[in-house]
Amino acid sequence: MTMAKPLVAETAVRAEDSDAVITVRGLHKVYGNSTVALDNIDLSFMRGHLTSLLGPSGCGKTTLLKIIAGLLKPTSGEVLVNGKPVRGPGPERAFVFQDFALMPWATVLRNAAFGLEVRGAPKAEREDRARHYINEVGLAGFEDKYPHELSGGMRQRVGLARALAVDADVLLMDEPFSAVDEQTRRKFQEDLIRLREVENKTFILVTHSIEEAVYLSDRIVLLSPRPGRVADIMEPDIDRNVDPDLIRREPAYLDLIDDIWRGLRHYVE
Amino acid sequence: MTLYGYRIPSMAALLVWAVIWEIIGRFELVMLFPPFTKVLAALGDVISTPSFAAAARITMFSYLAGLAIAVVFGIALGMLMGLVKPADRLLNMWVNIFLSAPLSALVPVIMILLGMGTPTVIATVFMFAVWIIALDTRAGVQHVSPSLMEMSQSFGASRFKRLNMILLAALPEILAGVRLGVIRGVKGVVIGQLLVSIIGVGALFNLYSQNFLMAHFWALILILFAFALSLAALVGRLETRVEYYAGSRG
Repeated sequence: MTMAKPLVAETAVRAEDSDAVITVRGLHKVYGNSTVALDNIDLSFMRGHLTSLLGPSGCGKTTLLKIIAGLLKPTSGEVLVNGKPVRGPGPERAFVFQDFALMPWATVLRNAAFGLEVRGAPKAEREDRARHYINEVGLAGFEDKYPHELSGGMRQRVGLARALAVDADVLLMDEPFSAVDEQTRRKFQEDLIRLREVENKTFILVTHSIEEAVYLSDRIVLLSPRPGRVADIMEPDIDRNVDPDLIRREPAYLDLIDDIWRGLRHYVE
Repeated sequence: MTLYGYRIPSMAALLVWAVIWEIIGRFELVMLFPPFTKVLAALGDVISTPSFAAAARITMFSYLAGLAIAVVFGIALGMLMGLVKPADRLLNMWVNIFLSAPLSALVPVIMILLGMGTPTVIATVFMFAVWIIALDTRAGVQHVSPSLMEMSQSFGASRFKRLNMILLAALPEILAGVRLGVIRGVKGVVIGQLLVSIIGVGALFNLYSQNFLMAHFWALILILFAFALSLAALVGRLETRVEYYAGSRG
């Protein structure tokens, strides 16, 4: 068990790396005239990895995720997906929303199939795929329920099934577990680790929970607030093929949480 | 409401008023109020006359036509105001003015424009119903959750699809507006016909009051009340079916 290896941000940029699904180059985002949300962000995200964007509120982590998603335009700089610059949302990226963003008038099945529906997939095919992923996220039997009949955790599972069903390369998750209760969150995190073994996808996860970032990530990008900059990059060296509860007791897990907290503390005080 | 442990339906209050009405009528305290039982008896009388059938038909037609135009136009106007900021700045004040303006005063103007006939009544129904529908639609559209719109955008939904989603997401507010429009529309049709006074229910009201058939007069009012309330209840039932998801939004 080795300790985490903190890397300096600048050296971590391997923009030309062929393994990068997403490359962020010299990204600036300014709101209004003066509020600098993101300041010169250079990052690349490796295929098949789960990267967390971690930082206190106001550090621009959600802004960064939405720029990668194509939902926001950067002030300057660019985002490359599979080597091509991003002009807007695209089929190779799927978004999971903090507040689930389900259509309240549609059943679980229709919600999960939404991405395929707007792409014009035939009804039978898209429902087949949606059913498969509803099953995958553990919601089998709830296909005909409406969102208001589900708990918060189950609603987010629908949001996850919807994102998985479109078979994107990258899943962008914006604080996906922050609106569900603690027990559900833990179960959800464990399921996400299991799901990663089945689905070979790249995940980018925005979170403000240090534990969550360390528990789930291959790589943690620490962002500092106002202006949002990459403060540090860490790669937790944690074996996740063990009992999920054991991970939470590993010294490497606990030490890294302490390390990150020490690094972030002064932003909060 | 419960009284001595018994549940009393809310309609019971109406019974009390009916009894008071009956007493006033029996003792001939106010000339305008014949006993309630006489009004009920006249109810059958009114409904069975051919002039009532004709009046009901034309009233129904002008009401439904005016309301249909108001619903379509009101929702479209509300969507426009909710989605396009400059349009909202331009229109919001006017819509609010029309909502609270004494529209009855405008009916004579409409009469000059459209003549002493059904078009005037249709226009009156429209004027009474449309503004509240537009304003409620606007409110509904403005409260559609931004993340739902981001969601549709991120999955690449077309413009048409997104507009459709906005409409569905705003449906609870839109229906609330339509229910209020339905009730205001009844006011519109009665006031319109009263002022035109030669067609439909308005003509009947004139006929009854000029011949001092107060029982018939009140019977007709009861019919109109019942009509407005049952229409509102109908839309209300539709609303509760949509309401189930209103709480789970945002």
